[in-house]
Amino acid sequence: MGHPLPVILGSTAGPEALSRERKTALLGAVHWPLDGIEPGFTPVAHLQPMAHDHPHEPDHADHPSHLDEMDLRVRALETLLTEKGYVDPAAIERLIQTYEVQVGPRNGARVVARAWVDAAYRERLAADATAAIAELGYSGRQGEHMVAVFNTPAEHHMVVCTLCSCYPWPVLGLPPAWYKSAPYRSRAVREPRAVLADFGVTLPEGTALRVWDSTAEVRYLVVPTRPAGTEGWNEEQLATLVSRNSMIGTGLATAAPETDAAP
Amino acid sequence: MNGIHDMGGMHGFGPVRPEPGEPLFHAPWERRALGLTLAMGATGQWNIDQSRSARESLPAATYLTAGYYGIWIRGLEKLLLARGLVEADELDAGHALRPALPVARVLKADAVAAVLARGSSTERVPAQPARLAVGDRVRAINEHTAGHTRLPRYVRGHVGTVQRLHGVHVFADRNAASPVGMPFDEAPQWLYAVAFDGVELWGRGAEPGLSVVVDAWESSLVALMEK
Repeated sequence: MGHPLPVILGSTAGPEALSRERKTALLGAVHWPLDGIEPGFTPVAHLQPMAHDHPHEPDHADHPSHLDEMDLRVRALETLLTEKGYVDPAAIERLIQTYEVQVGPRNGARVVARAWVDAAYRERLAADATAAIAELGYSGRQGEHMVAVFNTPAEHHMVVCTLCSCYPWPVLGLPPAWYKSAPYRSRAVREPRAVLADFGVTLPEGTALRVWDSTAEVRYLVVPTRPAGTEGWNEEQLATLVSRNSMIGTGLATAAPETDAAP
Repeated sequence: MNGIHDMGGMHGFGPVRPEPGEPLFHAPWERRALGLTLAMGATGQWNIDQSRSARESLPAATYLTAGYYGIWIRGLEKLLLARGLVEADELDAGHALRPALPVARVLKADAVAAVLARGSSTERVPAQPARLAVGDRVRAINEHTAGHTRLPRYVRGHVGTVQRLHGVHVFADRNAASPVGMPFDEAPQWLYAVAFDGVELWGRGAEPGLSVVVDAWESSLVALMEK
């Protein structure tokens, strides 16, 4: 398997297929409540290469692929829960768009840049990160209890959730697939320097490395060190140097910004 | 439980491979799975620890191969079935075949921003002072419950040092075990950040200069000496 593994181990399908009866029933039964108004999708074509991992599987036209099965299964579930009145499809769409469009690592970058230029803010961030981050307007779900950890030349910090995928949503948005993956979760606590090497990052010899495993409802934000040569830069300029990975600890803030932090 | 989800320290999963473009979702159903899970969570019929427990108690082979949102959907179906909010024949049909049960809340679109901004604090008012202080040496208990726990295997039985007091928080292990239909058994306890030296956890082969911090509740920690 030479391709990148986007999720826990890679397949987006499950090992247990839907029964023929269930599949047949669902094919005729379900519709997507908001078909056609879901901007920002990753095209399904992204998954096409994965189909070639199973070149020997018969490709019956009347036999939906595993991907189609999950599509059916989720459509069926959403239709059922909507009919029951437990969920409002418009609320579902609003929830998704919040994290697809509005909330992302630019929030965290503003926090970091403020901490770089404003010593009093940095102190407040160290003392009570939840309150200091809320000063900039970021709060709520999966960021109710924030702690900021500050990189120094002597010590580097890195964040993981070995048990699931805990991540500070209000400041970083939804986690990237690698953060949720088995390789990162298994290795970050045992060999973080080797993991950093996967990201092309090498720490100077003698740097202490502290890994924070998010095993409760506390969420950690790494404040990277300010790059050299940025004296006189304003807060907005500095924020552009703060990559998402530098706030997880799998990257560094550099004067040549990484491109991983979506706007 | 000693489940496959408890991955810290395991070998054999290969390198970390960031994806080109890093898409948040890999198919339309994944984004609906996110929204559906959050919307059902807002009904208040279960707590976050029960959701985690539902996911991590899936068969290990399913957990490893279902994909991230595939795990979420299977966990959601389990939670719904266990509470009678839906029944198996309704999942098969993709339609409601009987009336809904009452739920505490239904999240509407115009309430989403406020609900997300408010979040759901797990901090509670202390009923007693913290038993541990920063700098205390502690041993993580070595217990292997079949139920939900947030104490990862790789620290159990090991000695660490208290770094921070986080306040009193809902105890995940008990909250997850709340009986269906009953008020959540939050059993709040003091929560601590505890640092373990790399050599303590991984032996002489540990990377130099490594320490690992986990958040652990008071009942998971045994003080090694009195202050």
